[in-house]
Amino acid sequence: MSNLTHSTAADLAAKIHAGEVSSVEVTQAHLDRIAAIDSTVHAFLHVDTEGALAAARAVDEDVAAGRPVASPLAGVPLALKDVFATKDIPTTCGSRILENWVPPYDATVTRRLREAGVVVLGKTNMDEFAMGSSTENSAFGVTRNPWDLDRVPGGSGGGSSASLAAFEAPLAIGTDTGGSIRQPASVTGTVGVKPTYGGVSRYGLVAFSSSLDQGGPCARTVLDAALLHEVIAGHDPFDSTSIDAPVPPVVAAAREGAAGDLRGVRVGVVREFTGEWYQSGVLGAFERSVEVLRELGAEVVEVSCPNFDYALPAYYLIAPSEASSNLARFDAMRYGLRVGDERGNSAEQVMALTREAGFGEEVKRRIMVGTYALSSGYYDAYYGQAQKVRTLISRDFERAFGEVDVLVSPTTPTTAFRIGERVDDPVAMYRADLCTIPANMSGTPAMSVPAGLSEEDGLPVGLQIMAPALQEQRMYKVAAAYEVARDKAAGGALINRVPELEVAR
Amino acid sequence: MSLSTADLLDYDEVLERFDPVLGLEVHVELSTNTKMFCGCPTAFGAEPNTQVCPVCLGLPGALPVVNGKAVESAIRIGLALGCEIAPWCRFARKNYFYPDMPKNFQTSQYDEPIAFNGSLSLELADGTVVEVGIERAHMEEDTGKSLHVGGATGRIHGAEHSLLDYNRAGVPLIEIVTKPITGTGARAPEVARAYVTALRDLLRALDVSDVRMDQGSLRCDANVSLMPRGATEFGTRTETKNVNSLRSVERAVRHEMSRQGAVLVAGGEIMQETRHFDESTGTTSAGRRKETSEDYRYFPEPDLVPMAPSADWVEQLRTTLPELPWERRKRVQTDWQLSDLELRDLVNAGALDLVAATVDAGAAPDAARAWWVNYLSQEANSRGVELAELPISPSQVARVAALVAEGELTNKLAREVVDGVLAGEGEPDAVVESRGLAVVSDDTALYAAIDDALAAQPDVAEKIRGGKVQAAGAIVGAVMKATKGQADAKRVRELVLERCAG
Amino acid sequence: MPNISREEVAHLARLARLAVTEAELDKFAGQLDVILQSVARVGEVAADDIPPTSHAVPLRNVFRADEIRPGLTQEQVLAGAPSVEDGRFRVPRILGEQA
Ligand SMILES: [Mg+2]
Ligand SMILES: [Zn+2]
Repeated sequence: MSNLTHSTAADLAAKIHAGEVSSVEVTQAHLDRIAAIDSTVHAFLHVDTEGALAAARAVDEDVAAGRPVASPLAGVPLALKDVFATKDIPTTCGSRILENWVPPYDATVTRRLREAGVVVLGKTNMDEFAMGSSTENSAFGVTRNPWDLDRVPGGSGGGSSASLAAFEAPLAIGTDTGGSIRQPASVTGTVGVKPTYGGVSRYGLVAFSSSLDQGGPCARTVLDAALLHEVIAGHDPFDSTSIDAPVPPVVAAAREGAAGDLRGVRVGVVREFTGEWYQSGVLGAFERSVEVLRELGAEVVEVSCPNFDYALPAYYLIAPSEASSNLARFDAMRYGLRVGDERGNSAEQVMALTREAGFGEEVKRRIMVGTYALSSGYYDAYYGQAQKVRTLISRDFERAFGEVDVLVSPTTPTTAFRIGERVDDPVAMYRADLCTIPANMSGTPAMSVPAGLSEEDGLPVGLQIMAPALQEQRMYKVAAAYEVARDKAAGGALINRVPELEVAR
Repeated sequence: MSLSTADLLDYDEVLERFDPVLGLEVHVELSTNTKMFCGCPTAFGAEPNTQVCPVCLGLPGALPVVNGKAVESAIRIGLALGCEIAPWCRFARKNYFYPDMPKNFQTSQYDEPIAFNGSLSLELADGTVVEVGIERAHMEEDTGKSLHVGGATGRIHGAEHSLLDYNRAGVPLIEIVTKPITGTGARAPEVARAYVTALRDLLRALDVSDVRMDQGSLRCDANVSLMPRGATEFGTRTETKNVNSLRSVERAVRHEMSRQGAVLVAGGEIMQETRHFDESTGTTSAGRRKETSEDYRYFPEPDLVPMAPSADWVEQLRTTLPELPWERRKRVQTDWQLSDLELRDLVNAGALDLVAATVDAGAAPDAARAWWVNYLSQEANSRGVELAELPISPSQVARVAALVAEGELTNKLAREVVDGVLAGEGEPDAVVESRGLAVVSDDTALYAAIDDALAAQPDVAEKIRGGKVQAAGAIVGAVMKATKGQADAKRVRELVLERCAG
Repeated sequence: MPNISREEVAHLARLARLAVTEAELDKFAGQLDVILQSVARVGEVAADDIPPTSHAVPLRNVFRADEIRPGLTQEQVLAGAPSVEDGRFRVPRILGEQA
């Protein structure tokens, strides 16, 4: 077990900036770890060895020359979800249709990472176009959960969450449309944050559902997530939906929370997040975590958000509708796969043949649902109604945040399920996002922090913490306080209980 | 494909049996520096695929940001058309697949246009004023351009493959849609043309577009339907595209009326379809009929936020409106002291801007008007082009007028100079020089010619000397002949009398 | 409400440019039916007086200055293209006129 791969990003950064260890050494340690175990985990679709080492060398030169480093995370390695455009590095979104596509431009998040001196190790696996909750929908194979290699690492950002739990990277970037950062974090015992919609630029993030997509930080600790949050967040004139306001002080909040005092904080437990779909071990872990919050001085009350029940159906109308339009550009004319360009086939035929061959089943299914929901005669009953549900969900949040500072719930109804278990039952698969979707619908921030293991299967459970728009500091503070208390009670960080992976020869 | 005359109903008969209903959709490319949603330039005629970026190429991940100047232009156009400006509106996605559209949806406006419910008044050749209702003006983006390779005609049919250039993709467009235009009867084609002309003049005055139909910066789709005379329910319409000149607008409408009339009289049904206008034959032909009707699945564009133009902003933009064409016509009539008929001739010849520019360049209004409305209009007619397309500029015409006013040119010589400019021989002064057209104002040369003429016709010389002044005409004629008309006849006459007085 | 037929699935596939197989028609017909049945619940709430939400952020009037920015070179533009000719994207013959 290498110190370098098992350290926090904050510790690595401190050592690199102090000259105690070089970024190249840290980066090489992670590249070695990837080489050793990624054939087992399969978190990465593409590893950019040269680019990573070059970025690391640049940071080391700054340190050696006594120049100020570019950011508090300069020199720290990171795994980037393969949904962000990276100039001269393949970007596939886990899809056959974009296999080998090399963007001529960087996403804003990519650019900010580079400018911050963060070392991008490579691109991580994901459900095709971020559609899924298990990373089984990748065209390039499944990613395995380091806690149990027969189980999924969550999705769609399963590659990012697995890379953290497998100690292949101390930091990762995910995107969260209906829970794709928080749900994988929950089932891999890591931290994942969905910022306020508009808090992190979507420019260069290949769109799944434009009004819901939001990039965010993934890490093994709350402070690391906060540090990464401040690197990637902030106004971007290239994204019209980007909020032109200061980034909430999340790093300060994480440090403040670590002092372990939550007196004066009002925490609301959402009554609706329980019932037949919830695993008892998950509910048990959740109840214990609420107890911890109470012990830290928080005032805990129950609140009701009755319209959250409609979030899941509304989401499965809005997201496919927007996706059906967003994914129309993959048509074999300008980039990506082209199939059937022969025997006098027309452009129309080549488009249809390519899309048929290039998209996986879940993507096609959602394109069809979205096409249906937007078509004339059905729009009002489906898309229109779903947009009204959004309004009702936002009102529920508003009312709840009138009473409490943050809301809490389990992040997912169950722990990581077995690979293959839900592939033939889309509706069961969709339930993995039951608790995470409301925050996407209202644009409010939410995060998942490890909340121990479920009694019946010994797998990680996540505590979801939600806050009002642009009030991320509230949830970071609560998460940091909880993290310290939980780790202390358990005698160490949950992540250290991941079984040791067999190293490939 | 050729149409036999049996496929067309005699125009008079169409009007005996049917009332036409028009609907005109005009797409205007704005002359902003950059595209609707990205910072790429909009200049016409660049090398293919050199004015594109991730946004207008629809690359995965790229996002649009609205060009504020385009919104401003849209509001100004709306105000000039007397429209209401929406206090709140959004862009929407119009979803359909087509290779020249990078995202396979067009970012447009659907049920929330930025401007709606206005009107445009136009004057026909005989002075009749027609008020055309404007349904809406909305913002959208242009598509790329396809080049069809193989096959006989370069048209889409029969092509083996196509080549795509996305330089034009994303150029800001304003689509202006009329309300149904009824009650025009026989004058429907004329009204259609007058509407596009009036709109073009308005847009030019607003300085928001190049309004070049030949370059596609102003494009008209003509919707035409017929209903039995006296009926109130509209018939099925066709939409004719590719109408690329003012003349074509008129021809396309007239042709569609005759074609639809023939179909209806024969008991047939009009198909609601898109038709293509062929400039060379003046006919329309059906596009490939779609198996299913288009379902554009419009929904609000989630990548853009709503627009809410404040009342203050709208009022501030109203103050930037220039003198509008109809206001200008009133003023010009007063300033130049024109009769109603003279004004109408001027407007009908499409010469108002040109005459004004010529006056601005220093010519007298009457002279400027005479050149454009009389001489140059004929020339444009015989060439089959618009007046403005003639290869002569207002400042060149003004220079010729100045030369006439200064006595350097006679009217006859001036016409030759203009012909020379039109023939590409350069600036007026250069034509005068190269064609040797200057008035012979050198009195010495004229004296020599006069003396020659007097010597050749001694009897006439005698009469003049004897006081018969009117006999001088014969000598003047001879001198004019000898100088090939390049002398000022009035001056010659003075000199002849002077010579014979001694 | 939904009861998706094979024909409807075929129509949707045509609109979405997906050359689905016969087997997929049957499979999708069944699955879309289940999915649409379960999402139809959105009809239970949200009366007429509820305004729809299309954007989660209350932003308005986000405009850009009309200033030229450098784009991509022709080489970059065409680098990822399946087929290229004369500086343009080469695509198979186009059947329909533009909509
Ligand atoms: Mg349009
Ligand atoms: Zn562009």
